[in-house]
Amino acid sequence: MRLSLTVNSRPYQAEGVWEGESLLYVLRERLGFWGAKNACEQGECGSCSVVLDGVLVCACLVAAGQAQHSEILTVEGLTPGRSPDDLGPVQRAFLEAGAVQCGFCTPGLIVASHELLRQNPAPTDAQVREALAGNLCRCTGYEKILDAVRLAAAGLEGGPL
Amino acid sequence: MSTVLSQPWAGERERLGLRGGVGSDAPRPDGILKVKGRFAFSSDLWAEGMIWGATARSPHPRALIAGIDVSEALRLPGVRCVLTQEDVPGRKTYGLEVADQPVLAIDEVRYQGEPIAIVAADDPETARRAAAAVYVGYNVLEPVVDPEEALRTSSDKVHPTGNIVRHLKVRRGDPDATADIVVSGEYEVRMQDQAFLGPESGLAVPAEDGGVDLYVATQWLHVDQDQVAASLGLPAGKVRLSLSGVGGAFGAREDLSLQVHLCMLALRTGRPVKMVYSREESFFGHVHRHPARLRYTHGANRDGKLVYVKAEILLDGGAYMSSSRAVVANAGTLGIGPYEVPNVSMDAYGVYTNNPPCGAMRGFGAVQACFAYESQMDRLAAALGVGPVELRARNAMAEGSVMPTGQVVEGPAPVAELLRRVHSAPLPPALGAAAAATSLPGGAANTTHGEGVARGVGYALGFKNVGFSEGFDDYSTARVSLARAGGRPIATVHTAAAEVGQGLVTVQAQIARTELGTEQVVVETADTQVGSAGSSSASRQTYVTGGAVKAACAEVREVLFERAAQLLGCLPADLVIADEAVVVREGGGFGADRAVPLVELVADGPVERTVQWRHRPTQPVDPETGQGNAHVQYCFAAHRAVVDVDVELGLVKVVEIVTAQDVGKAINPSAVLGQIHGGTAQGLGLALMEEIQVEGGRVKNASFTDYLIPTILDMPPMRVDVLELGDPFAPYGLRGVGEAPTISSTPAIVAAVRAATGRDLTRVPVRPEDIIGEVAS
Repeated sequence: MRLSLTVNSRPYQAEGVWEGESLLYVLRERLGFWGAKNACEQGECGSCSVVLDGVLVCACLVAAGQAQHSEILTVEGLTPGRSPDDLGPVQRAFLEAGAVQCGFCTPGLIVASHELLRQNPAPTDAQVREALAGNLCRCTGYEKILDAVRLAAAGLEGGPL
Repeated sequence: MSTVLSQPWAGERERLGLRGGVGSDAPRPDGILKVKGRFAFSSDLWAEGMIWGATARSPHPRALIAGIDVSEALRLPGVRCVLTQEDVPGRKTYGLEVADQPVLAIDEVRYQGEPIAIVAADDPETARRAAAAVYVGYNVLEPVVDPEEALRTSSDKVHPTGNIVRHLKVRRGDPDATADIVVSGEYEVRMQDQAFLGPESGLAVPAEDGGVDLYVATQWLHVDQDQVAASLGLPAGKVRLSLSGVGGAFGAREDLSLQVHLCMLALRTGRPVKMVYSREESFFGHVHRHPARLRYTHGANRDGKLVYVKAEILLDGGAYMSSSRAVVANAGTLGIGPYEVPNVSMDAYGVYTNNPPCGAMRGFGAVQACFAYESQMDRLAAALGVGPVELRARNAMAEGSVMPTGQVVEGPAPVAELLRRVHSAPLPPALGAAAAATSLPGGAANTTHGEGVARGVGYALGFKNVGFSEGFDDYSTARVSLARAGGRPIATVHTAAAEVGQGLVTVQAQIARTELGTEQVVVETADTQVGSAGSSSASRQTYVTGGAVKAACAEVREVLFERAAQLLGCLPADLVIADEAVVVREGGGFGADRAVPLVELVADGPVERTVQWRHRPTQPVDPETGQGNAHVQYCFAAHRAVVDVDVELGLVKVVEIVTAQDVGKAINPSAVLGQIHGGTAQGLGLALMEEIQVEGGRVKNASFTDYLIPTILDMPPMRVDVLELGDPFAPYGLRGVGEAPTISSTPAIVAAVRAATGRDLTRVPVRPEDIIGEVAS
């Protein structure tokens, strides 16, 4: 199967995709978007979170064919410029809050937090917890992840992301 | 007592103010790559011409192998090779303490999931299918699954050497001591998984010299190198390891998993080979926390002073040795808790069974014991009619206390103070009538509006040794250089210490900044091109590799000071580093404002020094009495947990956790908090949800759907109180941080659930049925 899709606003094609492949496999192994991580293959951990046509999904649970002609946003698409130090507001907040340890869950959490703040720029703690309940982190106990989302939200001052 | 540094290193404080130095919240050097998704974890590696490996594993916990047929697997298009134990070129077994574990099963399998054959194929799906097509004939045997049974001489032997891997005896004081109040209890800790998020993975690249380069996520590069080289039959110099991005470790990467397999496939095919375990495979691919059964009797006088503790701890090591002997040592020597007890009789056992192999996990033997001794302290407090905090305070260990091993506790041991701090923190407000359903037990499932919900508060203390004990030669190696780059000085730090997420790369850079006064520091990728750093475990790396980096910097500084002294016409002792220059210290004579920039001192080339550094030696313990100075340092923590329990449904909501910990010196305060938060979360998991369910030697829940770890909804707000009392023997006075939070959090939470429900709760994790079931008489 030939797969055509848009990733981070650029068109891509993948040839020879077989039916059993996941969107995650296509992103990582065929297109080189290594930001989405493979940690559970069951949609339990959120490490592979991407936005598909405006909906937050676990890329491991999306069959490649379902992503035909779709628009995908990955963590790589959240960086505004090309300089090595360029960071999006959520990425910067995770760094400044000390929310990164091993970092394996980080891309998924950043995509999920970005999606939350896009829809709700001033979430309560309870709303943050609910929105991020699908993203497992084994290192931080989530305390500083909560700090990071609060910090990113504070930077928005209620305005859109 | 307040948060101050004590005296021995006070002279160093003048150097601690540098931006990004020791004591600052210096940012992680790998942070930007990690938030951008561009940090290369071991599962993100790629090489030109790369093919994929997969592993065929035993479905049986115990069986004799009648035959292996790989012909069908080899016939699949795209399959490059299929290897079995006959293809292991060198030593066919490996192990951290004893090489009892086959690289690939030899004649017999001893646990479900034991690797039997490995394959390499052009893509991961073909490799997976080929592994599934390896045909193995088995004569299935009845597995040894009950550790109590394994202990008996009548039991089937898992290994010809017998089932007991260690019996540690600790004897102190009068074995016949009597007490006014006696309480006994039997406790059980079930099998916990480290559940790191980044699965086992790596890439092996064959080299032109007949050797191999292995890129892998591990906790200890050199112990991997030694074992891989032995099994490949190659000299260590031909097996070069580099650390790739590690997605968490928590003990699970101290043993080998796919290291030898990858190298065998790469050397056989002549191609780079990558392997990534699935989550299910990961549950079979690494050791777990030892399940334990613990029997305790505590005797105390009416005034609440402990008279004796008698205990038996039985740890199920599963099919292979791994680090079981050291886990037994910790459970035994730390097994009465951070208390003064004049009379102790402790027997700690580790046994082989056909259950999944167990080894290192954060807390390493101390976790299991702490759940039992802290449960006992609550039981004793109830029997005495005193509060749990008061009883603990009366018996708390302090500086100068004597351990049951006879070892004197040196340096601050602020056990009572830690307890006082968590006790005096304000309690969270009572559950209001208008509480949102999501803040109640059951959460968004909306199972109660507050009816049937009871609140409980629980306390616990815990402690653990830092570093490797019992006479182990526990050292680290650091290579530090200072050079000129772009007109400024730049320090380079090279060690083999594994950054596993804890922030060791940050700490190494901070120490170099403080010691060499240079803001620019590069921490090179850890690899085996420099000497061993020991393991990233036992809360030891900031202490030991930190100590090595500090010592190597001191040697570099010595060279700089000698050169500067000649130029300035003064003595090296009169010099200090400030503003990236060597300057004459105030009152040093010879003109106090004279200085030489660091860059000028390295104008003719870098100054480089490599140092091997050790903490104070420890001793083995006497095999009959357990007496000996086994440990070099302890870390202490206290936890208070507040829970709401739906007593009708058996659901628990942890409302708040308060913890206090002495870290000696917070090298990076933000990272210290991260360790305490994360460690506490793993303790909450063990208290309430995490259990690898094993029946008949078979794992029932090898997935994140069925093995539950805490989510952000399960974690309560945490208040952390950090003390910095300083260990006079450690670099900067620091104490290992990583494990203490995992130890006392579990019993504190269970104590709170007991307080809310009146149940005994002698087993972790606590299940809903333990809360709502029939009350034991």
